[in-house]
Amino acid sequence: MFAAIRPDDWNFPLLLHVLGASLLLGALITALTAQVLAWKREASADILPFARLSFRTLLFVAIPAWFLMRIAAEWVASKGWNDVPEEPAWLGIGYITSEGGGFFLLIATILAGFGVRSLRRSDGERGGTLVRIATVLVIVAVIAFVIATWAMSAKPD
Amino acid sequence: MTFSDWLLALHVLSAFAWVAALVIYAVVVAAGWGLSVPSDVIRMFRVSRVGDALIAIGMMGTIIFGIWLAIDLDAYQVWDGWIITALVLWLVAGAVGGQTGKVYNGARDRARALVDEGRNEPSPELNAMLRSQRGLVLLTLMILVVLALLVVMIYKPGAG
Repeated sequence: MFAAIRPDDWNFPLLLHVLGASLLLGALITALTAQVLAWKREASADILPFARLSFRTLLFVAIPAWFLMRIAAEWVASKGWNDVPEEPAWLGIGYITSEGGGFFLLIATILAGFGVRSLRRSDGERGGTLVRIATVLVIVAVIAFVIATWAMSAKPD
Repeated sequence: MTFSDWLLALHVLSAFAWVAALVIYAVVVAAGWGLSVPSDVIRMFRVSRVGDALIAIGMMGTIIFGIWLAIDLDAYQVWDGWIITALVLWLVAGAVGGQTGKVYNGARDRARALVDEGRNEPSPELNAMLRSQRGLVLLTLMILVVLALLVVMIYKPGAG
């Protein structure tokens, strides 16, 4: 198994990479839960608190976690992780999903922030659409990072 | 992909679900820090329901797929020191998690009771329950135990 044969000095950056990735997925699921609750809007007073919680979670937890995951990945790579003649599929999946998911995360955070501002200024009348678009983008990011987690752990050829 | 690869993937995904639950709880506790109106508290705790599902999936998945993996792979045995350490940490996490849940579920239940009584005004008692030092210490301990589990899983101390 890869874990059993990797050099010891890869462990710390790998720990940070896994920690960042798990925090990122946790933050995205937290934000998504709040966004879905805002979308359902069971009570009119629900939308702003849930939208605000979602935006703050994306901004203060998900984005720093993405950087931790990504920087630690490069740290591991710098130690020779990806020094292979032919890039394995799982490594390619990891790069594509982390970059793509990071892009969706950034756009979702910006839209969620503008959505919260509109909701606050209009007393909950405007801004709901922005929050809903952000919800869809976060769903895409969650799917991307779940696939990345599967690929990085199962390491398909 | 081999069967062991699938077991490892499911084990890791379960661990991520567990961490996701802790992130949800931490965010709910942080968001609830300044709340005192019962209906606001009940609203915030609706987010934690997903955490309740994820922690059940995460804890069961890590133990089931983890033990299965240790049995399936020749390189590891269930009685290896680092696996025993992980099992002990898993049990500690379960115990601490149960206590943490009691503290915050108590605050949620109090908020529900206040709303049922028609007393939906700011409650210093409810705010004090949400800012409980015991709850905060237990949640921090839970996070540290899970972090220790992650360290054990990555470093595998004593593994050949």
